[in-house]
Amino acid sequence: MKILYFAWVREKTGIASEEISLPDGIGTATQLMDWLSVRGDGFADAFANTDTVRVAINQEHASLDHPVTDSDEVAFFPPVTGG
Amino acid sequence: MIRVQLEDFDIGQEIDALTAGNTGIGGICSFMGTVRDMAGGSGADDAVSTMTLEHYPGMTEKALAQIDAEANTRWNLAASLIVHRYGELTPGDRIVLVVTASAHRQDAFEACQFLMDWLKTKAPFWKLEASEDGASWVEARESDDDATARWK
Repeated sequence: MKILYFAWVREKTGIASEEISLPDGIGTATQLMDWLSVRGDGFADAFANTDTVRVAINQEHASLDHPVTDSDEVAFFPPVTGG
Repeated sequence: MIRVQLEDFDIGQEIDALTAGNTGIGGICSFMGTVRDMAGGSGADDAVSTMTLEHYPGMTEKALAQIDAEANTRWNLAASLIVHRYGELTPGDRIVLVVTASAHRQDAFEACQFLMDWLKTKAPFWKLEASEDGASWVEARESDDDATARWK
């Protein structure tokens, strides 16, 4: 699985992207965030308030309870502010 | 048509290129967004020195193309264009351009506003404002969500 981080989520995690093997038992974006959160302080901080984090799966906006699989590209970021 | 680019654009050239040879067009609407010098846009004391736009290459193009396609489904447009810049900008710089052209003005007016409202809440861009006091990420506005929601 490819994971990307943008804006302050990227700053807090300290990385822009990474490749991981999706662990057994992780079936949704929320579960993935919970799993990432325990990897270190930066990750815990990034995902401390999931109300402020948005997710895209395979480059489409998705809800936090959307299923994820090992072949997905998943991105975490704050609400968008373009325009 | 959509474009995501570092470079500046010229609104006149863009409109000419978009509408050249299409004499069925009777009206053209455009919206251009520029960088404000006020942090948060609401008269805060610290003047913005730079605004850096980050985006999600790949998804950005996809999202803008979907938004453009949606506008063309909802309105009768002869041509439409979204140009959005990324990278480091300074106050006064152009950020975004939306152009819509139609036979009659109503389609162009409405589609132009729709495109801006939708892209503000759906296109994956994030603004980082820097001033003398440091840098901070611009927060999304509820009013932008409301603006998107009214286009059912």
